Amino acid sequence: MSGFLTGWLSVEAPVLLVVLPLVMAAICAVMPKDKIAWLLAFITTLICAVLAFDIVLQTRGEQVLSYALGGWEPPFGIEYRIDGLNAPVALLISAIAVICTLYALCSTDAEIEPKKRAPFYAAFLVAFAGLLGMVVTGDAFNVFVFLEVSSIATYVLVGMGASRDRRALNSAYNYLILGSIGATFFVIGVGFLYMETGTLNMADMADKLAVMGDVSRVSQVAFAFIVVGLGLKLAMFPLHLWLPGAYAYSPTAITAFLAATATKAALYLLFRFVFTVFDPSLEFIGATLTWLLAVLGVIGMFVASLQAIFQSDARRVLAFSSVAQVGYMLLGVGMGTALGLSAGYVHLINHGIIKGALFLALGAFWYRYGIVRVSDFKGLGKIMPWTMSAFTIAALALIGVPGTAGFISKFQLLDAAAQNGWWWAVGAIVVTSILAVIYMGRMLEAAWLQPAPEVNGKPVEKREAPLPMLVGMWVLAIAAIVFGVVPSWPVELANGAAQVMLGGGL
Amino acid sequence: MLSDLLSHFNYVVVILLMMTGLYVVFASNNLIKKLVGLSVFQTSVFLLYITMGKVKDGIPPIIEKSYDSHGDGHGGGHGDGHGDAVTHGADAAVKTAEVLYSNPLPHVLILTAIVVGVATLAVGLALVVRIREVYGTIEEEEIDRLNYAFDIDGIEEAMEEDAL
Amino acid sequence: MNSHMILRIVAKFLIPLIVVFGLYVHFHGDFGPGGGFQAGVIVAAGVILYALIFGLKACKEAVPPSWIRIGMTVGVLFYVGTGILTWLMGAKFLDFDILHPATDHPLGQHIGIILVELGVLFTVATVMVAIFYAFGSRQPEIMDEEQDF
Repeated sequence: MSGFLTGWLSVEAPVLLVVLPLVMAAICAVMPKDKIAWLLAFITTLICAVLAFDIVLQTRGEQVLSYALGGWEPPFGIEYRIDGLNAPVALLISAIAVICTLYALCSTDAEIEPKKRAPFYAAFLVAFAGLLGMVVTGDAFNVFVFLEVSSIATYVLVGMGASRDRRALNSAYNYLILGSIGATFFVIGVGFLYMETGTLNMADMADKLAVMGDVSRVSQVAFAFIVVGLGLKLAMFPLHLWLPGAYAYSPTAITAFLAATATKAALYLLFRFVFTVFDPSLEFIGATLTWLLAVLGVIGMFVASLQAIFQSDARRVLAFSSVAQVGYMLLGVGMGTALGLSAGYVHLINHGIIKGALFLALGAFWYRYGIVRVSDFKGLGKIMPWTMSAFTIAALALIGVPGTAGFISKFQLLDAAAQNGWWWAVGAIVVTSILAVIYMGRMLEAAWLQPAPEVNGKPVEKREAPLPMLVGMWVLAIAAIVFGVVPSWPVELANGAAQVMLGGGL
Repeated sequence: MLSDLLSHFNYVVVILLMMTGLYVVFASNNLIKKLVGLSVFQTSVFLLYITMGKVKDGIPPIIEKSYDSHGDGHGGGHGDGHGDAVTHGADAAVKTAEVLYSNPLPHVLILTAIVVGVATLAVGLALVVRIREVYGTIEEEEIDRLNYAFDIDGIEEAMEEDAL
Repeated sequence: MNSHMILRIVAKFLIPLIVVFGLYVHFHGDFGPGGGFQAGVIVAAGVILYALIFGLKACKEAVPPSWIRIGMTVGVLFYVGTGILTWLMGAKFLDFDILHPATDHPLGQHIGIILVELGVLFTVATVMVAIFYAFGSRQPEIMDEEQDF
């Protein structure tokens, strides 16, 4: 199948996707006016989204796009390799980036000092380019480089939340320490793989490992380092300590962007390494999936959901909920069956959309009224009805109410667990969904059922979020409904991804 | 046992550095010392990569006398780390078959990793400078205490607002 | 400013040499060890040496921070510009072979790598100086002794 772009653009799309935001970041950094920088960032993300959409169309039906950088043919040169597994993630990242940039037009006015706004957009574009690079590249060391490019830009962005809340600095520092350890673990793993196979190209690596048959000791060590390193990056349960702070105190647009994309890109890498580079049918890998990823996923679902219930800061509630949702995805991965993988993958996409909408709405509450605590949600449904409606739709989707995207992925996950005979997992999904009802319900109850607070005897006046903010969150909220009612497209993408993972078709 | 350790001397050093670095990151309370630990940890990885690039009896991968030939080695090749230096062009492989080169690729990778490490360190130090300015301390426990106090104050403020 | 006369005079001799050595390392990167990254660090070391001996203020007059910011961008644009050039000439991104038609010798690779490394030189040198400026120009709001807040 082919995309809608033709000729040169279509062929060069994989590399344009990464190069364009990187160049624009450099240009943004020297722009004297922050609005020009914003415009550049917006146009860049928009073009990237179009390119990513084209790539998704091009990779349908098990097509693989391969781009040899600088004409050095793989496996010697760096190859950008896009198939059904990474194309949807690239589309998710660029679509969320467009929405977050639009949102940042308003939110930066309140959060970032004027002098720092152009660098803010530059750092945002660098983080964006890094995430896209991580996703599209087919070279294991290149993954590490892009991982660090996006991470370092992200530390800066989180730290920029300091003008709003000084704890942003501390959170950024903790994220930096843990993120660097994670990336270093990953690169140690890649080093061991390179020792074993003598190649850095992931497809070539998979071939070489397949020829070797059983996993050697060196590959086992490599696998362990890679899983732990990526686990840190994707906030796998016991390694999630950086996440709540980083999500809670960074600028609101960045929170939404991180929540919707950063952990997802790392999760994609886990998919890529566990299923296509290594062979999950081998006993060592299979046992890790069942006894490590699935079990940690379930524990994470419980512990993080419980923690979310006891938070007073709404941003931290959603952050802990993110950790719990990562648990669902890991559970899907841990099953290792086509159905489970597909469910985990759909949940990855859906959760990106849902969490994006939730954090954008939460940012709008802060933008208008400075609200961050759950206890301050009283009467928000009356004073910001549109924003609160979008928040509510996304919250229902997060819980998994039928007719929303969250239901589709959770149901698929239940189905997969049942077919696998994992009844404990079925129970865990149901119970944690009830916990989700509690922690999201607290906010919804306060917002819709309680009266608006009064100032000097008069109710607070109604002030809706500005239009650019509303557009973004409503696009995501509508997507959460559309993918719930007509789930064929994301499910088709996820099935394609599962096929790539299990077919060994790298 | 001892001869095993000695024959894998580089790896022993790598492990020692790695563990030292990680221990310093986790055990120290001072933000700067944590960054120092992180740097030591990253450096151990550099050493690991450089070690794997060495081919026994291999010479530095600079092709002499033949600046004008095909195989002047840009790009290098992916050696398999077990002894053969695989260069990019087939011609070069024939020409240089009698000379054994060390594998240059890990060095190139580590150059990138060093740049990444420097960037991380710079961002980390910048954050510490800002933390010192805002919190007045770089001791982690003290910062946690201040954050906790801030949380409590925040709640009290909120309660006062409710009372008004 | 009359103290440290030996330092200042020696520095005045050394700094041009450091910069020239940086350029040597850059162009030698085509044949042997060297390249834009190392060259950039050496050039930046020259600037930082100047700042250490003559003071940050004098250094900022000699190498204004606005140049530094533009230099970072110019470096990246140089790098990508080479890629765009190869695109315009009809090859893949950063495929240097297209830059020169010679078939018996990869001259295009020489040209391409020098151009790309020039971009690296610019960016690395300016970023190093920028980091130095950023840390160096912070006013010491903090006393050496611990203060109670």
